[in-house]
Amino acid sequence: MDILYKIFIDPFVQMGAAPDLLVQTLWEGLVAGVLYSLIALGFVLIFKASGVFNFAQGIMVVFAALTLVGLHEHGVPAYVALALTIGVMFCLAFAVERLILRPLINQPDIILFMATFGLTYFLIGFGELIFGGETKVMIADQLLLPRGAIEVKMAGGFVTLQKIDIAAAIIASLMVATLAIFFQRTRIGRALRAVADSHRAALSVGISLEQIWVIVWFAAGLVALTTGIMWGARSDVSFALEVIALKALPVLILGGLTSIPGAIVGGLIIGVGEKLGEFYWGPLMGSGIESWFAYVIALIFLLFRPQGLFGERIIERI
Amino acid sequence: MFYREAGQFKTNYSADQAVFPILQDRIGLAIILFVAAVIIPWFGGSFLIQAVMIPFLIFSLAAIGLNLLTGYTGLLSLGTGAFMGVGAYACYKLTSYFPGVNILICIVASGFFSAAVGVLFGLPSLRIKGFYLAVATLAAQFFLSWCFIRLPWFYNYNASGAIEVPTRTLFGVPITGATATDTTRYFVVLCFVVVMTWIASNLVHGRIGRMWMAVRDMDLAADLLGIRLLQTKLLAFATSSFYCGVAGALLVFLWYGGAEPAVFDVNLSFFILFMVIIGGLGSLTGSFFGAALIFILPIALRYFPPKLGIPVHPATVEHIQYMIIGALIVLFLIAEPAGLARLWQIGKQKLRVWPFPY
Amino acid sequence: MRATGGPEAAVGDVLLSVENVSLSFGGVKAVSDVSFDIRKGEIRAIIGPNGAGKTSMLNVINGFYHPQQGRITFKGETRAKMRPHEAAYGGIARTFQNVALFRGMTALDNIMAGRTLKMHTSFFWQLLRYGPAMREEAEHRHRVEEIIDFLKIQEIRRVPVGRLPYGLQKRVELGRALAMEPELLLLDEPMAGMNLEEKEDMSRFVLDVNDHYGTTIALIEHDMGVVMDLSDRVVVLDHGIKIADGTPDEVKKNQAVIDAYLGVAH
Repeated sequence: MDILYKIFIDPFVQMGAAPDLLVQTLWEGLVAGVLYSLIALGFVLIFKASGVFNFAQGIMVVFAALTLVGLHEHGVPAYVALALTIGVMFCLAFAVERLILRPLINQPDIILFMATFGLTYFLIGFGELIFGGETKVMIADQLLLPRGAIEVKMAGGFVTLQKIDIAAAIIASLMVATLAIFFQRTRIGRALRAVADSHRAALSVGISLEQIWVIVWFAAGLVALTTGIMWGARSDVSFALEVIALKALPVLILGGLTSIPGAIVGGLIIGVGEKLGEFYWGPLMGSGIESWFAYVIALIFLLFRPQGLFGERIIERI
Repeated sequence: MFYREAGQFKTNYSADQAVFPILQDRIGLAIILFVAAVIIPWFGGSFLIQAVMIPFLIFSLAAIGLNLLTGYTGLLSLGTGAFMGVGAYACYKLTSYFPGVNILICIVASGFFSAAVGVLFGLPSLRIKGFYLAVATLAAQFFLSWCFIRLPWFYNYNASGAIEVPTRTLFGVPITGATATDTTRYFVVLCFVVVMTWIASNLVHGRIGRMWMAVRDMDLAADLLGIRLLQTKLLAFATSSFYCGVAGALLVFLWYGGAEPAVFDVNLSFFILFMVIIGGLGSLTGSFFGAALIFILPIALRYFPPKLGIPVHPATVEHIQYMIIGALIVLFLIAEPAGLARLWQIGKQKLRVWPFPY
Repeated sequence: MRATGGPEAAVGDVLLSVENVSLSFGGVKAVSDVSFDIRKGEIRAIIGPNGAGKTSMLNVINGFYHPQQGRITFKGETRAKMRPHEAAYGGIARTFQNVALFRGMTALDNIMAGRTLKMHTSFFWQLLRYGPAMREEAEHRHRVEEIIDFLKIQEIRRVPVGRLPYGLQKRVELGRALAMEPELLLLDEPMAGMNLEEKEDMSRFVLDVNDHYGTTIALIEHDMGVVMDLSDRVVVLDHGIKIADGTPDEVKKNQAVIDAYLGVAH
């Protein structure tokens, strides 16, 4: 009885008792959610266009961030370093297309998925070799990203909003909007969707798979760079970030693997759900439940809606 | 001209359906077993047995377990590390509660615990397929990892959070704990691996194996043939987890001698998955090949450059390791998606027609 | 017109009857209020232009799709919904338009897979692959070899099916369905993509299965010559509705059928 009270009543009582704390938690959740969405976005882009689940997205985030910081450490001014990093991400996309995707055209999806595993491990080793394994500080100030916080008084207390978080939310929204327009309205966007459906069919209507893939991986690389900057600005850059990729999976489950809106909504739901769970139910179960809480949410969701919120219903014909 | 089937014809179906119908294959198998059981313990040094053979065998067993689930039944699982952990901790708790019971029985029993957990986390497989199912297994992985760290009951409330293996004996000879010699432990592991590989081979060559492969190749058609999908998938989960659980128990009790919860994390799951991919999905011999390559490669990388006089910083070695493994995976998938096992098969084919080219 | 055979070819009571079945996917009506029956021992053809709902009808009988309305009566038992494995255990087997073979297995293993529902040795003996398990394997292998002889696919037993030419794949698939010893065999376009010789072979197999094993057969087919020669009775569907039902001669002369095939607007 006591247990039931603790699980089902008490947390809500706590929420009501200190609404400013609730709002703070919700805000933190939304911010985390935005970052999850960004990562998920990178996955969705590549999946939508090449049918590949790019496990290396997480390490691409780290790699992009490290390249930026690394260049700056060697004396390159911030925005020049940014431009160079964008160039590096393009080279990466080109290399991936040439060395991994092209030889594996028409192989089943699981083979490509495993190949991205290989890519991940390679980039981990390569990144550590070049940049060293220590934690680095993101060059947020040099990039003219805002610092400090805004305090909002409300409901008897106050809520602190970090300016960098607000910036992150705005930048992420801009990025999503741009990508959505790109996919829906442009010729290349349509070609991307065609390629996602069937490599062979796209080839037969004259779409150059190679070009499309380079574009898409480059776009994913840009998303990864943005994510790296934003995330790094909030909490330093280290190889621990690559496990964030695993965090994106529940988001993708919830949102569906092929939907950009789904990645956003899913990210926000998981972010908020996780923070609420950690804050209000965490003390009950011990710390660290965020390592699996998101997965359990996603799993329960999957049981009722196997294709996710926005994903396409899989109809099997025989 | 040595590897020929000419003259070896079978006169009944049982003989034709034997796992190794060709005589040369049987001889080869006997030689391998002889080397494993006699040559290596007699002539191999302590380093070879402790640092190479024992873990190689244990990882092969885990790879077989994962192969049954992912290679034969087509259910991608990223929870192997957690299932191994369940086996290890179950064995630990069993032997803590029942110190008089033979440790071998505890190890086998811990496999059943692992199988039960595997079935539980395999239940979603009726509704969820393919990649999404892999995510369900990741949920299992993270949840169980968290349990091993956060629930002190698992490590008997030890302050450090780690478990240490008590000494257990078999016929008076210590086989676990600090006093057990590596040769003794090697034999125990070898027996487990040989017997369990034989059982796995029996399963995959018979009705159960066909059911699993049918579910993998086209589960809708399998359903229409009368193959019960949920039962078949759960059986795969149970058997696979049993193997992984026993491997986990062997890992802790007969190799490491102790464990921290971090041992059974998601990296271990990926580690075993790579072994299965490179070795060959859907092949038992492939599991051994994959374990050999993935496990022994880092050791070779650490061992040989100093011997050749090339000075290499240990951290650099680790980075290069990652790069090589990553590159190898991609190369393998490009060159031979069916893994080392297929290369082996091709080699045997060439051997059959040797000295002719085709 | 199909020549009457011996006593085995005698057509008996109703084996399966489909009553007022309607099936839709989202807004699309695949099958509307279709009723017909299949008698024991006969060869029943289901024909119609593309998109008529023929495969959907077969899928409903199999239990793969569940109709929104209507019932299926099989061997006296009426159901609103059939489950695929219930159909299998009840004695319904089928082949598919797009050859649903298990590509990772050899032809022999595919057909042995068809025997699964008849194999009962426990898991324990399977673990040991000894005694009862081996005897059962040998016994079922014997039955499968009979089917292999019947279909003349001895040379390709050990070939992985993905490597076989299309015509042979279809034969292996037929073998797999026969391995289930079905009472009702559903064939979805068994002659699709075959040349004249292959069609003659397959027609001969279909007739032999009906004569030799006494299996009732329902087949979807586009080749009118095959339909007229093989079948006892024919059902014609168009846009999900039944437009004719009778012997091949009757159906051939039916004006609605001719219109449907020639594309007359209605």
